[in-house]
Amino acid sequence: MSVFAWANDQLLRMTWLNDLVGQGVVAIGLDPASRLGGSVQFFVYDVIKIFILLSVLIFAISWVQSHFPPERTRAILGGRTGLGANTLAALLGTLTPFCSCSSIPLFIGFTAAGLPLAVTFSFLISSPLVDLASVILLASIFSWPIALAYVAVGLVVAILGGTLIGRLGMEGQVAAFVRSVPVTGTAVTLTRGERLAYARDQVAEIIHRVWPYVLIGVGLGAAIHNWVPGDLISALLGQDKWWSVPVAVLVGIPMYADIFGTLPIAEALVGKGVGLGTVLAFMMAVTALSLPSLIMLKRVVGMPLLATFTAVVTAGILSIGLIFNAISHWFS
Amino acid sequence: MIIKILGSGCKKCIALGENAKAAAAAAGKMAEIVKVTDFAEIARYGVMSTPGLVVDERLVSSGRVLTADEIGKLL
Repeated sequence: MSVFAWANDQLLRMTWLNDLVGQGVVAIGLDPASRLGGSVQFFVYDVIKIFILLSVLIFAISWVQSHFPPERTRAILGGRTGLGANTLAALLGTLTPFCSCSSIPLFIGFTAAGLPLAVTFSFLISSPLVDLASVILLASIFSWPIALAYVAVGLVVAILGGTLIGRLGMEGQVAAFVRSVPVTGTAVTLTRGERLAYARDQVAEIIHRVWPYVLIGVGLGAAIHNWVPGDLISALLGQDKWWSVPVAVLVGIPMYADIFGTLPIAEALVGKGVGLGTVLAFMMAVTALSLPSLIMLKRVVGMPLLATFTAVVTAGILSIGLIFNAISHWFS
Repeated sequence: MIIKILGSGCKKCIALGENAKAAAAAAGKMAEIVKVTDFAEIARYGVMSTPGLVVDERLVSSGRVLTADEIGKLL
């Protein structure tokens, strides 16, 4: 076994932890091969693994992100147009710290500074969709090729979605006050101590925010893993069922959950024979579109633009799901 | 002095408001804490990541929940 594969198994997938939890399950008198024992093992192992990975990842990623505050991203993107600008915006979207409650101030800040709608939307689509932490978790749960493919298609949706919205000439859909906002604020340079404090705060805050989703997600995952008959799931959402992707997207859009909570469910579903594309489409629908953030966006853009944004992103996710289901044999 | 908390009312904004109140009390200053939730007004201060902290019309921080100690130094 190569060093990389060994490190991947031990550090990222934490196979040692699964073995350890398995021994613990035996020690309390349960059989890991039984339903109850298997559920307990899945739950304990997944919860510990996700929290360890989350803490380490968020700390490291927040350190990187502290170099890309929105002010700096805006300065980098300023004056650029065309496909290159959309690509850059989508890439920066993965690096700029983002919280759904900041999406409106960010939209106003970008638009007021004269960034084209195409560029702003590429950023707004990629930012929640391709999150660095979730990519590494995907690699941990599935594999690196799948995680990298997820990043690639996420960026493509962001680039094409933004470009398309730009082509439709909907600049008039932006609430009038947005353009009259003065452009102030430059990025402050942080000291090393401030970056450390920022990274530490982010870990505490994100763990505090997502832990219920993670527990619920892992609980559902454990239930699916051991209790729901595989025949039932594959009859409803199996890879050969054309409707599985649209169903996954429709269920995912109104859901407001964290990607960290949806990952264990995704893991369990794939284990039961649900197509990779269906599962990825579900995760993307949950993270990229949510009712609360759409309602907030409604305050700064008109309904036609909002509907276009939703339609473009939904269509993008649907095609990704269908494409991934068609090529999923490449990853097995 | 007037301390403004800029943000749509998420948990972080509430936490920042509490810290600002504590900081003003610790510094022995009379401070009025104002919550600004209107996006147009938030944008006017050039804030792109909430919560933002404004002391006497000067933006002193954005995107972070400062501790009471940190706010104390800015008052």
